[in-house]
Amino acid sequence: MRESVRTIDTGTLKEPIISMIHEASFTLLPEIEGMFSTLAAQETVEKAAMTMNILLENAALARQESIPLCQDCGSVSVFIEAGHNIFFTGEPLPAVIDDAVKTAYERFCLRKSIVADPLRRANTGTNTPAFTHLDIVPGDRLKISVYLKGGGSENMTYLKMFRPTDPVDVIVDDIVRAVAAAGPNPCPPLFLGVGIGGTADVAMINSRKAVMRGIGTRHADPFYAEFEDVLLERLNRTGVGPLGFGGKSTVAAVFIREAPAHIATLPVALNMNCHSLRYRIVDI
Amino acid sequence: MNVWKKLELPAGRDTLRGMRCGDMYLLSGVLYTARDKAHQRIAEMAARGERPPVELKDRFIYFVGPSPAPPGRVIGAAGPTTSSRMDPFTAVMLEQGVSGFIGKGKRSAETRDLLRRNGAVYFSSFGGAGAYLSKRIITAQVVAFDDLGPEAIFRLEVSDFPVIVVNDTLGGDLYEQSLQQ
Repeated sequence: MRESVRTIDTGTLKEPIISMIHEASFTLLPEIEGMFSTLAAQETVEKAAMTMNILLENAALARQESIPLCQDCGSVSVFIEAGHNIFFTGEPLPAVIDDAVKTAYERFCLRKSIVADPLRRANTGTNTPAFTHLDIVPGDRLKISVYLKGGGSENMTYLKMFRPTDPVDVIVDDIVRAVAAAGPNPCPPLFLGVGIGGTADVAMINSRKAVMRGIGTRHADPFYAEFEDVLLERLNRTGVGPLGFGGKSTVAAVFIREAPAHIATLPVALNMNCHSLRYRIVDI
Repeated sequence: MNVWKKLELPAGRDTLRGMRCGDMYLLSGVLYTARDKAHQRIAEMAARGERPPVELKDRFIYFVGPSPAPPGRVIGAAGPTTSSRMDPFTAVMLEQGVSGFIGKGKRSAETRDLLRRNGAVYFSSFGGAGAYLSKRIITAQVVAFDDLGPEAIFRLEVSDFPVIVVNDTLGGDLYEQSLQQ
Protein backbone atom coordinates (compact mmCIF):
# COMPACT_ATOMS: atom_id res chain seq x y z
CA MET A 1 0.00 0.00 0.00
CA ARG A 2 1.32 3.39 -0.92
CA GLU A 3 1.35 5.80 2.03
CA SER A 4 0.58 9.46 1.56
CA VAL A 5 3.23 12.07 2.18
CA ARG A 6 2.58 14.81 4.74
CA THR A 7 3.98 18.17 3.77
CA ILE A 8 5.04 20.58 6.52
CA ASP A 9 6.21 24.11 5.87
CA THR A 10 9.07 24.55 8.38
CA GLY A 11 8.11 28.22 8.77
CA THR A 12 4.97 27.14 10.66
CA LEU A 13 7.18 25.62 13.39
CA LYS A 14 8.78 28.91 14.44
CA GLU A 15 5.99 30.23 16.67
CA PRO A 16 5.39 26.90 18.46
CA ILE A 17 9.12 26.72 19.30
CA ILE A 18 9.11 30.32 20.56
CA SER A 19 6.11 29.50 22.77
CA MET A 20 7.79 26.41 24.18
CA ILE A 21 10.93 28.38 25.08
CA HIS A 22 8.75 31.03 26.74
CA GLU A 23 6.74 28.55 28.78
CA ALA A 24 9.76 26.53 29.83
CA SER A 25 11.67 29.65 30.91
CA PHE A 26 8.96 31.23 33.04
CA THR A 27 6.58 28.46 34.13
CA LEU A 28 7.71 25.51 36.16
CA LEU A 29 5.61 22.50 35.17
CA PRO A 30 2.63 22.29 37.57
CA GLU A 31 3.49 18.65 38.32
CA ILE A 32 6.92 19.79 39.53
CA GLU A 33 5.40 22.46 41.77
CA GLY A 34 3.12 19.82 43.27
CA MET A 35 6.07 17.52 43.82
CA PHE A 36 8.14 20.27 45.48
CA SER A 37 5.28 21.02 47.91
CA THR A 38 5.27 17.35 48.91
CA LEU A 39 9.07 17.31 49.29
CA ALA A 40 8.99 20.49 51.41
CA ALA A 41 6.48 18.87 53.76
CA GLN A 42 8.61 15.72 54.08
CA GLU A 43 11.79 17.53 55.07
CA THR A 44 12.72 17.49 58.74
CA VAL A 45 15.93 19.48 58.28
CA GLU A 46 14.88 23.11 58.65
CA LYS A 47 17.14 24.47 55.90
CA ALA A 48 15.86 21.81 53.50
CA ALA A 49 12.21 22.72 54.01
CA MET A 50 13.08 26.42 53.77
CA THR A 51 14.99 25.87 50.52
CA MET A 52 12.11 23.94 48.94
CA ASN A 53 9.74 26.75 49.89
CA ILE A 54 12.09 29.32 48.35
CA LEU A 55 12.08 27.29 45.13
CA LEU A 56 8.27 27.29 45.17
CA GLU A 57 8.24 31.04 45.76
CA ASN A 58 10.73 31.41 42.92
CA ALA A 59 8.37 29.54 40.60
CA ALA A 60 5.43 31.73 41.63
CA LEU A 61 7.41 34.94 41.07
CA ALA A 62 8.73 33.75 37.71
CA ARG A 63 5.22 32.99 36.51
CA GLN A 64 3.49 36.06 37.94
CA GLU A 65 6.14 38.69 37.20
CA SER A 66 7.72 37.26 34.05
CA ILE A 67 11.20 36.89 35.54
CA PRO A 68 13.08 33.84 34.21
CA LEU A 69 13.15 30.91 36.66
CA CYS A 70 16.95 31.01 36.49
CA GLN A 71 19.43 33.62 35.24
CA ASP A 72 21.10 30.80 33.34
CA CYS A 73 18.45 30.58 30.65
CA GLY A 74 20.27 27.63 29.24
CA SER A 75 21.48 26.15 26.04
CA VAL A 76 18.60 25.01 23.85
CA SER A 77 18.44 21.37 22.84
CA VAL A 78 15.73 20.41 20.38
CA PHE A 79 14.77 16.77 19.97
CA ILE A 80 12.74 16.06 16.86
CA GLU A 81 10.91 12.86 16.05
CA ALA A 82 9.84 13.11 12.44
CA GLY A 83 7.72 10.52 10.64
CA HIS A 84 9.34 8.99 7.58
CA ASN A 85 6.43 10.22 5.48
CA ILE A 86 6.99 13.89 6.24
CA PHE A 87 8.27 16.16 3.52
CA PHE A 88 9.60 19.47 4.79
CA THR A 89 9.27 22.56 2.62
CA GLY A 90 10.54 26.07 3.24
CA GLU A 91 13.71 27.10 5.07
CA PRO A 92 15.95 24.28 6.34
CA LEU A 93 14.77 23.08 9.75
CA PRO A 94 17.97 24.05 11.64
CA ALA A 95 17.67 27.63 10.35
CA VAL A 96 14.04 27.85 11.50
CA ILE A 97 14.95 26.52 14.94
CA ASP A 98 17.80 29.01 15.32
CA ASP A 99 15.55 31.83 14.16
CA ALA A 100 13.00 30.84 16.83
CA VAL A 101 15.68 30.67 19.53
CA LYS A 102 17.14 34.04 18.56
CA THR A 103 13.70 35.67 18.55
CA ALA A 104 12.63 34.13 21.86
CA TYR A 105 15.82 35.01 23.76
CA GLU A 106 15.64 38.61 22.57
CA ARG A 107 11.88 39.06 22.99
CA PHE A 108 11.70 37.62 26.51
CA CYS A 109 14.95 39.13 27.87
CA LEU A 110 16.57 35.73 28.37
CA ARG A 111 20.31 35.50 28.93
CA LYS A 112 22.35 34.63 25.86
CA SER A 113 24.91 32.09 26.98
CA ILE A 114 26.27 30.48 23.83
CA VAL A 115 29.79 31.09 22.53
CA ALA A 116 30.61 30.42 18.90
CA ASP A 117 33.79 28.50 19.61
CA PRO A 118 34.63 26.49 22.75
CA LEU A 119 38.16 27.87 23.06
CA ARG A 120 37.97 31.37 21.58
CA ARG A 121 34.63 31.94 23.35
CA ALA A 122 33.02 34.90 21.59
CA ASN A 123 29.34 35.07 22.56
CA THR A 124 27.07 34.71 19.54
CA GLY A 125 24.69 37.20 21.17
CA THR A 126 21.63 35.21 20.12
CA ASN A 127 21.86 32.03 22.23
CA THR A 128 22.21 30.14 18.95
CA PRO A 129 22.96 27.65 17.66
CA ALA A 130 20.48 25.30 19.25
CA PHE A 131 21.65 21.70 19.56
CA THR A 132 19.29 19.60 17.48
CA HIS A 133 18.82 15.85 17.39
CA LEU A 134 16.67 14.22 14.75
CA ASP A 135 15.10 10.77 14.94
CA ILE A 136 13.20 9.37 11.96
CA VAL A 137 10.19 7.39 13.16
CA PRO A 138 7.52 5.44 11.23
CA GLY A 139 4.46 7.30 9.99
CA ASP A 140 3.79 10.99 9.54
CA ARG A 141 3.80 12.39 13.05
CA LEU A 142 6.06 15.21 14.17
CA LYS A 143 7.06 15.63 17.80
CA ILE A 144 9.24 18.50 18.96
CA SER A 145 10.80 18.59 22.43
CA VAL A 146 12.52 21.79 23.51
CA TYR A 147 14.88 21.36 26.45
CA LEU A 148 16.72 24.18 28.24
CA LYS A 149 19.59 23.41 30.56
CA GLY A 150 22.02 25.58 32.48
CA GLY A 151 25.78 25.19 32.55
CA GLY A 152 26.16 24.43 36.26
CA SER A 153 24.28 21.17 36.13
CA GLU A 154 25.66 20.37 32.66
CA ASN A 155 29.17 20.56 34.13
CA MET A 156 28.30 17.68 36.47
CA THR A 157 27.58 15.34 33.54
CA TYR A 158 28.96 11.85 34.14
CA LEU A 159 29.81 8.92 31.89
CA LYS A 160 31.22 5.58 32.95
CA MET A 161 31.84 2.48 30.89
CA PHE A 162 31.10 -0.53 33.09
CA ARG A 163 32.05 -4.15 32.50
CA PRO A 164 29.18 -6.08 30.92
CA THR A 165 29.49 -8.53 33.82
CA ASP A 166 29.18 -5.84 36.51
CA PRO A 167 26.09 -6.52 38.61
CA VAL A 168 23.41 -3.85 38.97
CA ASP A 169 24.55 -3.21 42.55
CA VAL A 170 27.92 -1.98 41.28
CA ILE A 171 26.19 0.47 38.97
CA VAL A 172 23.89 1.69 41.74
CA ASP A 173 26.83 2.24 44.10
CA ASP A 174 28.72 4.18 41.46
CA ILE A 175 25.75 6.41 40.61
CA VAL A 176 25.21 7.14 44.31
CA ARG A 177 28.89 8.00 44.67
CA ALA A 178 28.81 10.30 41.63
CA VAL A 179 25.70 12.19 42.74
CA ALA A 180 26.99 12.57 46.30
CA ALA A 181 30.32 13.81 44.94
CA ALA A 182 28.55 16.40 42.78
CA GLY A 183 26.76 17.46 45.96
CA PRO A 184 25.43 21.01 45.78
CA ASN A 185 26.97 21.86 42.40
CA PRO A 186 24.17 20.74 40.03
CA CYS A 187 21.48 22.45 42.18
CA PRO A 188 19.56 19.57 43.77
CA PRO A 189 16.88 18.26 44.12
CA LEU A 190 17.88 16.75 40.80
CA PHE A 191 15.89 15.23 38.00
CA LEU A 192 18.35 12.45 37.29
CA GLY A 193 18.41 11.15 33.74
CA VAL A 194 20.24 7.83 33.42
CA GLY A 195 21.19 6.60 29.95
CA ILE A 196 22.15 2.92 30.04
CA GLY A 197 23.45 1.04 27.03
CA GLY A 198 23.89 2.13 23.44
CA THR A 199 27.22 3.56 22.42
CA ALA A 200 28.66 6.25 24.70
CA ASP A 201 27.04 9.05 22.71
CA VAL A 202 23.66 7.28 22.65
CA ALA A 203 23.76 6.79 26.43
CA MET A 204 24.48 10.49 26.83
CA ILE A 205 21.63 11.58 24.57
CA ASN A 206 19.29 9.11 26.26
CA SER A 207 20.16 10.60 29.65
CA ARG A 208 18.81 13.92 28.32
CA LYS A 209 15.73 12.47 26.64
CA ALA A 210 14.99 10.45 29.78
CA VAL A 211 14.11 13.43 31.99
CA MET A 212 11.32 14.44 29.60
CA ARG A 213 9.44 11.14 30.05
CA GLY A 214 6.87 12.81 32.28
CA ILE A 215 6.85 13.78 35.96
CA GLY A 216 5.29 11.02 38.04
CA THR A 217 5.52 8.36 35.31
CA ARG A 218 7.02 4.95 35.95
CA HIS A 219 9.31 3.11 33.58
CA ALA A 220 7.25 0.78 31.36
CA ASP A 221 9.57 -2.16 32.15
CA PRO A 222 9.12 -3.32 35.79
CA PHE A 223 12.83 -4.26 35.96
CA TYR A 224 13.88 -0.66 35.25
CA ALA A 225 11.00 0.77 37.32
CA GLU A 226 12.42 -1.07 40.33
CA PHE A 227 15.95 0.09 39.43
CA GLU A 228 14.64 3.67 39.47
CA ASP A 229 13.00 3.12 42.87
CA VAL A 230 16.21 1.70 44.33
CA LEU A 231 18.26 4.62 43.01
CA LEU A 232 15.79 7.21 44.33
CA GLU A 233 15.76 5.63 47.75
CA ARG A 234 19.55 5.30 47.96
CA LEU A 235 20.23 8.79 46.61
CA ASN A 236 17.87 10.40 49.07
CA ARG A 237 19.79 8.84 51.93
CA THR A 238 23.06 10.59 50.94
CA GLY A 239 22.19 13.65 53.02
CA VAL A 240 23.05 16.12 50.23
CA GLY A 241 19.54 17.60 50.27
CA PRO A 242 18.15 20.68 48.53
CA LEU A 243 21.05 22.81 47.23
CA GLY A 244 23.40 20.69 49.33
CA PHE A 245 22.33 22.23 52.64
CA GLY A 246 21.36 18.79 54.00
CA GLY A 247 18.07 16.88 53.99
CA LYS A 248 16.23 14.16 52.12
CA SER A 249 15.46 15.68 48.73
CA THR A 250 18.70 15.12 46.84
CA VAL A 251 16.85 13.71 43.85
CA ALA A 252 13.27 14.57 42.92
CA ALA A 253 12.95 11.79 40.34
CA VAL A 254 15.01 9.21 38.46
CA PHE A 255 14.38 8.45 34.79
CA ILE A 256 16.21 5.59 33.09
CA ARG A 257 16.35 5.25 29.32
CA GLU A 258 18.03 2.08 28.14
CA ALA A 259 19.28 0.99 24.72
CA PRO A 260 20.85 -2.11 23.14
CA ALA A 261 24.61 -2.33 23.60
CA HIS A 262 27.76 -4.04 22.26
CA ILE A 263 28.70 -7.34 23.93
CA ALA A 264 31.82 -5.71 25.38
CA THR A 265 30.25 -2.49 26.65
CA LEU A 266 27.91 -1.15 29.29
CA PRO A 267 27.88 2.65 29.18
CA VAL A 268 26.04 4.56 31.88
CA ALA A 269 25.51 8.31 31.45
CA LEU A 270 24.13 10.66 34.07
CA ASN A 271 22.28 13.86 33.31
CA MET A 272 22.15 15.62 36.68
CA ASN A 273 19.44 18.05 35.70
CA CYS A 274 18.97 20.80 38.27
CA HIS A 275 15.70 21.38 40.13
CA SER A 276 14.75 23.85 37.42
CA LEU A 277 13.78 21.20 34.86
CA ARG A 278 12.72 23.24 31.83
CA TYR A 279 11.20 21.57 28.79
CA ARG A 280 8.08 21.52 26.67
CA ILE A 281 6.87 19.00 24.09
CA VAL A 282 4.48 19.54 21.23
CA ASP A 283 2.95 17.15 18.71
CA ILE A 284 2.30 18.73 15.35
CA MET B 1 18.84 27.56 65.62
CA ASN B 2 18.22 28.72 62.09
CA VAL B 3 17.57 32.41 62.43
CA TRP B 4 18.31 35.10 59.90
CA LYS B 5 20.88 37.60 61.11
CA LYS B 6 21.42 40.95 59.43
CA LEU B 7 24.71 42.13 57.96
CA GLU B 8 25.43 45.54 56.44
CA LEU B 9 27.82 45.74 53.47
CA PRO B 10 30.63 46.50 52.99
CA ALA B 11 31.94 44.37 55.84
CA GLY B 12 35.60 43.97 56.77
CA ARG B 13 37.13 40.63 57.65
CA ASP B 14 37.15 41.50 61.36
CA THR B 15 33.33 41.55 61.33
CA LEU B 16 33.16 38.07 59.76
CA ARG B 17 35.28 36.27 62.32
CA GLY B 18 32.37 35.04 64.46
CA MET B 19 30.48 33.51 61.54
CA ARG B 20 30.07 29.74 61.51
CA CYS B 21 29.11 27.47 58.67
CA GLY B 22 25.36 27.06 58.56
CA ASP B 23 24.70 30.61 59.83
CA MET B 24 22.12 32.46 57.76
CA TYR B 25 22.46 36.12 56.88
CA LEU B 26 20.37 38.78 55.18
CA LEU B 27 22.77 41.15 53.45
CA SER B 28 22.00 44.81 52.83
CA GLY B 29 24.20 47.34 51.10
CA VAL B 30 26.49 47.27 48.09
CA LEU B 31 28.26 44.30 46.54
CA TYR B 32 29.97 43.68 43.21
CA THR B 33 29.37 40.89 40.75
CA ALA B 34 32.06 38.98 38.89
CA ARG B 35 32.17 35.65 37.15
CA ASP B 36 34.65 33.79 34.96
CA LYS B 37 35.87 36.44 32.55
CA ALA B 38 35.83 39.34 35.02
CA HIS B 39 37.98 37.30 37.39
CA GLN B 40 40.36 36.47 34.56
CA ARG B 41 40.72 40.15 33.67
CA ILE B 42 41.26 41.26 37.27
CA ALA B 43 43.95 38.56 37.58
CA GLU B 44 45.62 39.74 34.36
CA MET B 45 45.55 43.34 35.58
CA ALA B 46 47.00 42.33 38.95
CA ALA B 47 49.79 40.44 37.18
CA ARG B 48 50.66 43.70 35.36
CA GLY B 49 50.63 45.55 38.69
CA GLU B 50 47.38 47.39 37.89
CA ARG B 51 44.54 48.06 40.31
CA PRO B 52 41.16 46.43 39.66
CA PRO B 53 38.54 48.65 37.99
CA VAL B 54 36.66 49.02 41.30
CA GLU B 55 38.01 49.16 44.87
CA LEU B 56 37.48 45.69 46.33
CA LYS B 57 38.69 46.18 49.90
CA ASP B 58 36.10 44.83 52.38
CA ARG B 59 33.76 44.08 49.49
CA PHE B 60 31.65 41.00 48.86
CA ILE B 61 31.85 39.48 45.40
CA TYR B 62 28.72 37.81 44.05
CA PHE B 63 29.32 35.16 41.36
CA VAL B 64 26.42 35.89 39.01
CA GLY B 65 25.65 36.60 35.38
CA PRO B 66 22.15 38.11 35.49
CA SER B 67 19.63 37.81 32.70
CA PRO B 68 18.88 41.14 30.96
CA ALA B 69 16.63 43.61 32.81
CA PRO B 70 13.22 43.73 31.14
CA PRO B 71 11.81 47.26 30.58
CA GLY B 72 10.89 48.86 33.91
CA ARG B 73 12.94 46.45 36.00
CA VAL B 74 16.24 46.85 37.82
CA ILE B 75 17.63 43.48 36.78
CA GLY B 76 16.50 40.12 35.40
CA ALA B 77 16.92 36.79 37.16
CA ALA B 78 20.04 36.91 39.31
CA GLY B 79 20.85 33.73 41.20
CA PRO B 80 24.36 32.48 41.96
CA THR B 81 26.52 30.58 39.50
CA THR B 82 28.83 27.65 40.37
CA SER B 83 31.68 28.96 42.51
CA SER B 84 34.29 26.28 41.80
CA ARG B 85 35.02 27.85 38.42
CA MET B 86 36.36 30.87 40.31
CA ASP B 87 38.67 28.79 42.56
CA PRO B 88 41.81 29.59 40.52
CA PHE B 89 41.23 33.30 41.26
CA THR B 90 40.63 33.16 45.03
CA ALA B 91 44.17 34.21 45.93
CA VAL B 92 44.23 37.24 43.67
CA MET B 93 40.78 38.40 44.84
CA LEU B 94 41.83 38.06 48.48
CA GLU B 95 44.94 40.13 47.70
CA GLN B 96 42.61 42.88 46.46
CA GLY B 97 40.94 42.89 49.87
CA VAL B 98 37.72 40.98 49.13
CA SER B 99 36.20 39.77 52.41
CA GLY B 100 33.28 37.61 51.26
CA PHE B 101 32.31 35.53 48.25
CA ILE B 102 28.76 34.51 47.33
CA GLY B 103 27.98 31.71 44.91
CA LYS B 104 26.77 28.14 45.02
CA GLY B 105 28.48 24.79 45.31
CA LYS B 106 31.72 23.47 46.67
CA ARG B 107 35.11 25.20 46.82
CA SER B 108 38.48 23.55 46.30
CA ALA B 109 40.65 22.54 49.25
CA GLU B 110 43.05 25.29 48.24
CA THR B 111 40.33 27.96 48.27
CA ARG B 112 39.04 26.80 51.65
CA ASP B 113 42.54 27.01 53.04
CA LEU B 114 43.03 30.49 51.60
CA LEU B 115 39.74 31.65 53.11
CA ARG B 116 40.68 30.31 56.51
CA ARG B 117 44.15 31.82 56.45
CA ASN B 118 42.87 35.20 55.30
CA GLY B 119 39.80 35.36 57.51
CA ALA B 120 37.42 35.56 54.55
CA VAL B 121 34.07 33.79 54.23
CA TYR B 122 32.31 31.90 51.45
CA PHE B 123 28.52 32.01 51.36
CA SER B 124 26.00 30.15 49.25
CA SER B 125 22.86 31.83 48.11
CA PHE B 126 19.99 29.89 46.54
CA GLY B 127 20.99 28.31 43.24
CA GLY B 128 18.26 28.39 40.64
CA ALA B 129 16.17 30.91 42.57
CA GLY B 130 16.98 33.67 40.10
CA ALA B 131 13.52 35.25 40.11
CA TYR B 132 13.28 35.18 43.91
CA LEU B 133 16.72 36.74 44.39
CA SER B 134 16.16 39.45 41.77
CA LYS B 135 13.51 40.90 44.08
CA ARG B 136 16.19 41.54 46.72
CA ILE B 137 18.22 43.72 44.38
CA ILE B 138 17.33 47.41 44.54
CA THR B 139 19.74 48.93 42.04
CA ALA B 140 22.09 47.51 39.43
CA GLN B 141 24.70 49.33 37.34
CA VAL B 142 27.50 48.05 35.14
CA VAL B 143 30.70 49.56 36.53
CA ALA B 144 33.40 47.73 34.56
CA PHE B 145 34.02 45.41 31.61
CA ASP B 146 30.86 46.55 29.82
CA ASP B 147 31.87 44.52 26.76
CA LEU B 148 31.37 41.27 28.67
CA GLY B 149 27.56 41.57 28.72
CA PRO B 150 26.21 39.38 31.54
CA GLU B 151 29.80 38.78 32.63
CA ALA B 152 30.46 42.49 33.27
CA ILE B 153 31.06 43.77 36.81
CA PHE B 154 27.79 45.11 38.22
CA ARG B 155 27.44 47.22 41.33
CA LEU B 156 24.38 45.83 43.08
CA GLU B 157 22.56 47.42 45.98
CA VAL B 158 20.79 44.65 47.83
CA SER B 159 18.25 44.54 50.63
CA ASP B 160 17.86 41.45 52.82
CA PHE B 161 19.70 39.31 50.29
CA PRO B 162 19.70 35.75 51.76
CA VAL B 163 22.94 33.77 52.09
CA ILE B 164 24.20 30.85 54.16
CA VAL B 165 27.78 30.50 55.43
CA VAL B 166 29.40 27.50 53.73
CA ASN B 167 33.08 28.01 54.58
CA ASP B 168 33.90 29.94 57.73
CA THR B 169 37.19 31.31 59.01
CA LEU B 170 37.87 28.19 61.09
CA GLY B 171 37.78 25.83 58.10
CA GLY B 172 34.19 24.64 58.70
CA ASP B 173 32.26 23.40 55.66
CA LEU B 174 28.45 23.24 55.60
CA TYR B 175 28.34 20.77 52.69
CA GLU B 176 30.63 18.29 54.45
CA GLN B 177 28.58 18.65 57.62
CA SER B 178 25.34 17.86 55.84
CA LEU B 179 26.84 14.70 54.30
CA GLN B 180 27.97 13.50 57.72
CA GLN B 181 24.55 13.96 59.33
